[in-house]
Amino acid sequence: MSDEINETLLNADLKVVNLGLESFALELTQQGVEVVHVDWTPPAGGDPALAELLSKLGV
Amino acid sequence: MEIIERANEEAIRRMLAGDPVLVDVIPAEEAIPTLGDRMILHAGPPIDWARMCGPMRGAVAGIACFEAWAPNLNVAAEMAASGTFTLHPNHHFDAVGPMTGLTTRGQPVMVVENRAFGNRAYCTINEGLGKVMRFGGNDAEVLDRLCWLRDDFGPAMGAALREMGGIPLKNLVARGLTMGDEMHQRNVACSGLTLRQLAPALARAIQDRDALARCLAFIGGNDQFFLNIAMAMGKAIMDPVRDIEGSSVVTAMARNGTDFGIRVSGTGDTWFTAPVEMPEGLYFPGFSEVDANPDMGDSTIVETVGLGGFAMGAAPAVAGFVGAGLASEAGNFTRTMAEITLAENPEWSIPALDYLGVPTGIDIRLVIETGLAPTINTGIAHKEPGIGQVGAGVVRAPLACFRDALRAFAQTLGVS
Amino acid sequence: MSGVVINEVRRGFYLDSVALMRLSRVIAERAGVEEAALMMGTPTNKRIMADAGLLVVAGQAAEGGDLVIGIRADSQARANEVLQEALSELDKPAGHGGAAPQWRPRSTRAALKQVPDSNLALISVPGDFAAAEARKALRRGLHVMMFSDNVSLAAEVALKHEARALGRLVMGPDCGTAIINGVPLAFANAVPRGPIGLIGASGTGLQEVSCLIAQGGGGISHAIGVGGRDLKEEVGGITTLMALDALDADPGTKHIVLISKPPAAGVAARILERIGASAKSFTICFIGASDLALPVNARLADTLKAAAEDALGGVGLGTGFDPAARTGRPTPERDAVWGLFTGGTLCAEAQVIFRAAGQSVGSNAPVPGALPLDRAATGHRLIDLGADEFTHGRPHPMIDPSVRDDVLVEALASSRVGVILLDVVIGFGAHADPAGHLAHVLTAHRRPDDVRVIASVTGTDGDPQGRTAQAAKLEAAGVMVAPSNADAATLALACLGCFPVRDPTSRSA
Repeated sequence: MSDEINETLLNADLKVVNLGLESFALELTQQGVEVVHVDWTPPAGGDPALAELLSKLGV
Repeated sequence: MEIIERANEEAIRRMLAGDPVLVDVIPAEEAIPTLGDRMILHAGPPIDWARMCGPMRGAVAGIACFEAWAPNLNVAAEMAASGTFTLHPNHHFDAVGPMTGLTTRGQPVMVVENRAFGNRAYCTINEGLGKVMRFGGNDAEVLDRLCWLRDDFGPAMGAALREMGGIPLKNLVARGLTMGDEMHQRNVACSGLTLRQLAPALARAIQDRDALARCLAFIGGNDQFFLNIAMAMGKAIMDPVRDIEGSSVVTAMARNGTDFGIRVSGTGDTWFTAPVEMPEGLYFPGFSEVDANPDMGDSTIVETVGLGGFAMGAAPAVAGFVGAGLASEAGNFTRTMAEITLAENPEWSIPALDYLGVPTGIDIRLVIETGLAPTINTGIAHKEPGIGQVGAGVVRAPLACFRDALRAFAQTLGVS
Repeated sequence: MSGVVINEVRRGFYLDSVALMRLSRVIAERAGVEEAALMMGTPTNKRIMADAGLLVVAGQAAEGGDLVIGIRADSQARANEVLQEALSELDKPAGHGGAAPQWRPRSTRAALKQVPDSNLALISVPGDFAAAEARKALRRGLHVMMFSDNVSLAAEVALKHEARALGRLVMGPDCGTAIINGVPLAFANAVPRGPIGLIGASGTGLQEVSCLIAQGGGGISHAIGVGGRDLKEEVGGITTLMALDALDADPGTKHIVLISKPPAAGVAARILERIGASAKSFTICFIGASDLALPVNARLADTLKAAAEDALGGVGLGTGFDPAARTGRPTPERDAVWGLFTGGTLCAEAQVIFRAAGQSVGSNAPVPGALPLDRAATGHRLIDLGADEFTHGRPHPMIDPSVRDDVLVEALASSRVGVILLDVVIGFGAHADPAGHLAHVLTAHRRPDDVRVIASVTGTDGDPQGRTAQAAKLEAAGVMVAPSNADAATLALACLGCFPVRDPTSRSA
């Protein structure tokens, strides 16, 4: 398992999916790191009951 | 959940395996033997006369005159109000119809056969632009055209198709996508391709030169001729996807001008409905938002199979219909719809998006999660009966029906 | 339909109907225009124009390949003017020059379609939603760094169990800092690569230690944040243990530093057992802890500075800095130090140094031996301004340094405060010029001559703000700048004539 973390993260080229603060993505981009910034909004329009249902149904 | 993933895989497999072929044009009563006297099929989920919008009422009155069930429009409307006619959704009878979408026994319907599964779907012939029944038009000109379609054009097109063994649609649509069609608002290329294939057989089927010329001109003069074929194709592709236990894939989206309805594979024949929304778009001269009828028609079956608004990237010019949208943004609509779909259709790809396949298989879970409602490209009807199309634009499916569907879907799996 | 109608026909001029409808709308909205349309002259279109009262003789002659412009305006002159506008719009070069706004995915799922070999999700969404996003990322094979806080302990436990089963690392929640394969994530500094691996439950702890290692000429292989609660009994140190395994197996890491508040006893035992099984050497910095039975390959450091020194193999940091030479005592009534920290672990480190000097200290985030503020009536106050009571509804003071302004002004006005102790944390994610902000506040308020202001800058000259430049701004404002947070605390005590009983800034055996 430790080898897997080394291979897939610590000693791999970092490629980031950024959810939340856009400044984190911008700073990574400036450093030449490949980043995809997600235009995130609360799932299910922020309805906790629906979000709970979704998590049970698995998306 | 494992059962959902497996069921959806099967749903996608069936969608992609579909092999739709336009095989015939026959009278509706022959195609749908249960379509009886004074029985009217309409677009969208079930609705009664009391809740019908203006154009739908106008079309009902008009079709009653066409079928000679009423001597004139006023009497037809009274008969409708008193419950003389039986009303059912097209979708309950293997059929679809654009806008008001009325189907009655005397009309000719085009037949699309899904040869991979053996099922058939039906749609009436597109009447052209302007004052037409699908937009609630019902004057003499409209009714005369319907008679010509029934008596002359329909039988000729049916004979031509039978002679040539049908027109396979999968490839035709694939070519149309590379030529700027998205099969809902824009059918210019596919209409032309269809005409090109039909013309020789039509020439053999119609002896009279003038009659032939009129038929050819009718197809050639109607950029939306292929829309109704695309719709029957969509229905033929989606019907085998119905009733897969555990599948969260949308099998139909349809509007009756009052309600928007969806059906989901795992919840069988139940319609989940919500008030339909107003399209946002551009209007013909002399008309504006105040004239518009809310969204209407079974044509959203086209989006259900990944075309129309989902294939916007293939038809950049259509993107201009949404507010200040740029043609160069068209691909963004397609990419966004890929957020709510499970697969890409490798056979229907979009050159400008590096041959990205059209987004296929709307998953109600993804719609709710992302809050992204399906984007629908649509025509806009006048809200008063008899006036016809006044514009075209884009409309979003209401999220409320997807929310209701998700709750009901969860129940079928014992999840709450 | 009272106005004047004019038509203009452009022979053989084709434009797409959508483009024409958009242009029609623009023209129809001009002042003095009742209705306008630009359409190709097909029979259907001409009929629509006629119905709208827009077709006159000139237009009737148009054919399908011709463009018809119809304008109905309140005067002939106005109609002609608008017609000229329409014609010039038609002749304007098409295209907007710029590309369409870039499309942005709305979900991790869609982001992964864009870059399928992404390997880390950096999550800073509100805490209520962070766990769900982390779970989605894990299930799609990503490692996760959760900057988000306010995630329930139960959610953290469940997430980390799932991550462990999947062989994926969850850094956080409330993980402010990481450096992975040379890339600083969230709040982190530009430090050189090197053989020292860091694992830390605290963001500022990782920042201070990595920057001091850089100051001492060393470098970092990776700095792995685990989140402030990883070493609680409930979580059981899952991420810490996974990080230990990974760095132990990483050929680029020779020495490992572990930084945390004192862990739960059972967790500490498991971690020390894991460390004992490693062939590598370790520095353990459990701020405020004492009496740990360490395996032979590990040494204890009381402070962040001591941890950095130990990791560097015993190099002394800040050796040119002599607190005794810098002191100048405030008047005897001013016998209190107020430390106003933006970094929680820097606040803890200062408390440890004060306690080691036998000083009573109160804090809103007390280390063992320090008092909660409400029980520390007088004396030294060392405040963590990143604590919830200060950040509720506001940005963290490392992002918005003005969070410190009010209490700094209060300290300047107090007759009891002789020394004000500050930290300045720079690097990626931090405010663009925290020293400049601080200098501005200090120069804008009167400061008694005998009040000393002492600060340190956590950062490097590779950081966007530049450590040397930040220190220069502070010195220009009359601030004494120490080479480390520990040195700053020691200097504060020296100003009051206090010197540590035992020098905690040197490494322990």
